[in-house]
Amino acid sequence: MYIIVIGGGRVGYYLSKALLDEGHEILIIEKSPAVCEIVNDELGSICYRGDGCEASTLAQVGTGRADMLIAVTGDDEDNLIACQVAKHKFKVPRTIARIRNPKNEILFKKLGIDVTISSTNVILEQIAEEVPTHPIIHLHEIRDKGLEIVEIKIPQGSAAIGKALKDVDLPPGTIVPLIIRKALRPIIPAPATILMAEDQVIAVIEPMAEDALRQSLRGA
Amino acid sequence: MKVVIMGCGRVGARLAGLLDAEGHGVTVMDTDSYSFRRLPPGFKGKALVGNGIDEEALKRAGIEQADAFFSVTQGDNRNLMAAQIARHIFGVKRVICRIYDPLRQEMYESLGLESISPTTIIADTLRKKLEG
Repeated sequence: MYIIVIGGGRVGYYLSKALLDEGHEILIIEKSPAVCEIVNDELGSICYRGDGCEASTLAQVGTGRADMLIAVTGDDEDNLIACQVAKHKFKVPRTIARIRNPKNEILFKKLGIDVTISSTNVILEQIAEEVPTHPIIHLHEIRDKGLEIVEIKIPQGSAAIGKALKDVDLPPGTIVPLIIRKALRPIIPAPATILMAEDQVIAVIEPMAEDALRQSLRGA
Repeated sequence: MKVVIMGCGRVGARLAGLLDAEGHGVTVMDTDSYSFRRLPPGFKGKALVGNGIDEEALKRAGIEQADAFFSVTQGDNRNLMAAQIARHIFGVKRVICRIYDPLRQEMYESLGLESISPTTIIADTLRKKLEG
């Protein structure tokens, strides 16, 4: 997915870093040359110097083909305008604005901004929900046990489809307490439960086992 | 007519003075009380410290009873956001907004927001001076 991030400050930086790790194409638009330089040194050449509220800047970075624009500058008004320009001028399908004043949530919704949020973590969670292709969603961390509860969706074409849960090669120690199946009530799976495409699997895993879990449930 | 003006710079203060002299009920807002020094002596309207992109501040300025709203701060985005609040939240009949960036002005104009771009107007005026 091509995602444009407006603002290369702390929120923009770490958000972009996380999205890059997930394999998305990221471009940051940042006014300050000093901030641009830091981002480009540390994350690779992904920072474009310019005003993200200006249509000409957005045109230069190919906003017309962007799947999402996320405005995370420190000013609500700048985030609003960047999203509106992206939406109306470039038809970006999803626009997300960071807001400082919680009251602006209603206003921004009314003015056509798809999602408003107020911190990095919430941004990441929101993206996970908004983007159906997102592989693993972190639901909860059980810190003192060193475990986490995640949600993972079984995509069409996964090798796990049609197999019983006990026959799927899950990472050692994985517990699957719940499967949410389309249009049905959530089920507590038995070892013989057959997995289906589009199943949302809730799993308790060790943090290091994420990749293995992804491979066993989403691998072709 | 009841008028709220956001931004008491040279333009905001002058506009406030003109409308006040014509007998309109004027409230001018600015985030910095020092800028109210620009208001003409004998200004009978209200000067209020507050941010025009904050709904509460706008209410205090009497936006709910206003017939017209002008946003003339230095920031295009602030002006645009305030104008949209006045228009879409408070339903002010006449909302006019200053936008320096001509491209941004064009887009919001097409979305139905009345606006003025000093950049275009002044550049055009200067060009005509040279011709004439």
